[in-house]
Amino acid sequence: MTRRRFCATLALCGLAPGAIATALASEGHELRLGLTPVFLDDQSIFLEAWRTYLTARLQRPVVFVQRGSYREIVDLLNQGQLDAAWLCGFPFVRHERRLRLLAVPLFQGRPLYRSYLIVPAGDTHTKSLLDLRGKVFAYSDPDSNSGFLYTQFALAKIRERSEVFFARTFYTWSHRKVVEAVAVELAQGGAVDGYVWETLQRSHPQLAARTRVVEQSPEFGFPPFVARSTLPAGDFKALQDVLVAMRNDREGKKLLGQLNLDGFTPGERKLYDGIASMAEKVANRP
Amino acid sequence: MKHFMRDLSLRYKIPLRVLVLASITAILVTASILFRVYDETRNDLLRHAESMGRLLANTLVGPITHDDVWRAYEIINSPFQGGSLDQTQIAETILLLDTRGQVFVSTQPTQYPMLSEPGRLDPEYAAIVDLATDRNDVKPSVVDPSDSSRLFVTIPVISEGARLGTLVMSYPKSLFMPRFVDIAQRAALMTLLALAVLLPIAWYWGHRMAKPLVRLAGCMDQIGPSVPENLHCDLSESHDEIGRAGTAFKRMLKELKEKEQLEQEIMASERLAAVGRLSAGIAHEINNPLGGMLNAINTFKRHGPDDPRTLKTLALLERGLTQIKDTVAALLVETKVEIHPLSRRDIEDTRTLVTAEAAEKRLELIWENDITEDLPLPSTLVRQILLNLLLNAIRAADKRVECQVYRDSRSFTLVVKNDGTHIEDEDMAYLFEPFSRLSRNGHGLGLWVTYQMARQLNGGIVVESEPGETRFSVALPLQEEA
Repeated sequence: MTRRRFCATLALCGLAPGAIATALASEGHELRLGLTPVFLDDQSIFLEAWRTYLTARLQRPVVFVQRGSYREIVDLLNQGQLDAAWLCGFPFVRHERRLRLLAVPLFQGRPLYRSYLIVPAGDTHTKSLLDLRGKVFAYSDPDSNSGFLYTQFALAKIRERSEVFFARTFYTWSHRKVVEAVAVELAQGGAVDGYVWETLQRSHPQLAARTRVVEQSPEFGFPPFVARSTLPAGDFKALQDVLVAMRNDREGKKLLGQLNLDGFTPGERKLYDGIASMAEKVANRP
Repeated sequence: MKHFMRDLSLRYKIPLRVLVLASITAILVTASILFRVYDETRNDLLRHAESMGRLLANTLVGPITHDDVWRAYEIINSPFQGGSLDQTQIAETILLLDTRGQVFVSTQPTQYPMLSEPGRLDPEYAAIVDLATDRNDVKPSVVDPSDSSRLFVTIPVISEGARLGTLVMSYPKSLFMPRFVDIAQRAALMTLLALAVLLPIAWYWGHRMAKPLVRLAGCMDQIGPSVPENLHCDLSESHDEIGRAGTAFKRMLKELKEKEQLEQEIMASERLAAVGRLSAGIAHEINNPLGGMLNAINTFKRHGPDDPRTLKTLALLERGLTQIKDTVAALLVETKVEIHPLSRRDIEDTRTLVTAEAAEKRLELIWENDITEDLPLPSTLVRQILLNLLLNAIRAADKRVECQVYRDSRSFTLVVKNDGTHIEDEDMAYLFEPFSRLSRNGHGLGLWVTYQMARQLNGGIVVESEPGETRFSVALPLQEEA
């Protein structure tokens, strides 16, 4: 997946119009946005459309940067090589000192989402996480809230640890692939972003139908757009305004529709309090 | 059935054998092609499997090292993704085993879940797992259990000389079947076509080959204890074995006919010889008392009474006994006569003797005498033979009697022909017997005496008779003139 995404990025860069390329070289003014698999980030046509939209609205070149894990994107942000990124709430609260909340997507009208516990559709007897003891379990990313942290928290509540409770766990580095791993029964259970699962149910109903949602977590703050703290205020404001305003124009609405989102809102830090306290409890578990 | 096959005519046997031979050839060729295809397909598969396995194994080093199961799954699953790939080259299942022989990941997670031991799930894998856990074996290997429907290719995943795991690819052997069936079907079709072409050719060919043999056999069948008179065999004239057999058969047939004729002649001459011995014996037995009786009459006539009645009776007795003596003398062919060579004059004398008789019957006597010098033959016997034959001819002839006398380097031949009633075939055998029923006049000893004399001179008599001409020829060998 890494290679494919990387190639897509290269292709996008290569496709950038000559004028923009010249502008990039002379002014070094492009806005670099990091993307992570908190959404279905493997649709290159959609990404190019969205990039073109943002470039036009911001009136400056926008470059999307994709990496194989959340950690790489966070590292790039910390190093100042990215201006902003669409991240999960968990890395945001962990690296909050060097990051600023830029915008929060609205899913089903609210800036909230849940973590789903899924099992293969053929497994009809599993009622809760407890039934998956000694099984193979799929996580999406060790820095994901819905695809990792919440399950750790749920296990900590019953005084269990993932590496003991499950026979084997593995990371797929993408929510979508957690669904795939569970669908082919490579894993007998998986933790997945509820928004991604719901979106897959719309776009890839056959894949989603091969899995069954067993448990839903409480609501957490939706994976937000964050900016590096060193990003100039003007650039921050411009990007925030463009994102928030996407729901107001037809083209923006169309793109949001493809993302299965209702829009972006500036958001508040307290949306992520739940994740922060969960991270703390998991870190301090006995 | 065995008898039926054995007794079947060559006309059918040959084409049948051609067909059987053609079928066997076709089957053998097809079998060898199938064997080759099996071999090639298997080698193709193994080559492909090995190259793909090596590629996968190299790519899997990272994921195994990083314990990245999903990535490993994506890699081993990648051959199954492209729809354009040749389906026959795709493994049924790919397993990635760890160093303990447990499933690290497989393309069939439901069947071979992670951490399971394939040897327990499927006994066929037990041997493979042994291979997978043998750290010394670092080469790809092929396991082809004969009782299994699958073929296994194992490729070790090696990094820096250390074995991280083993890739096990299983291929169903039934992959070969569609190709096999396809080729077998085509071969069967071609065989049928070839047979359809061969059948009429073989039929025609068989008939041609068998024809001379069938004719020969048919001809041979007609020969029973004796050779039929009107046997006609249309045999092949070629120089091959059949032609030679035909020629040999014809020769044999000819010899058989000659032998039969010879046997008949021998039988006749043996009969004549037996009759000759018998009559000679009787004649001797009669001759001795006869001589005594004639002597007694002579003595009596000289010294006896002159009673006329007695004399008359004695004369009657003497005449009768003399007649008996003549007859017996004729039976006892006297060869011990003075030998003076045969000359032209002897022949001409004989002519003079018969001319009067011929003239009496107003017959034309044609004479041809080629003898110019004396020949080493007893003249008396030869004259007797010629005279007998001529007198017979004159008796039998209607208008003409012809006589030819000539010699060649080895023999002397005299031929007497007449145009009288011809001698029937069935009478020929008894012609030379004494007192033959054929003898309508004369005492019936003429030909027999002639025969005896010719035999004594080591010669032979040949009679040929057909309407209009009856011909007797006597050939006498000329003794070496010392």
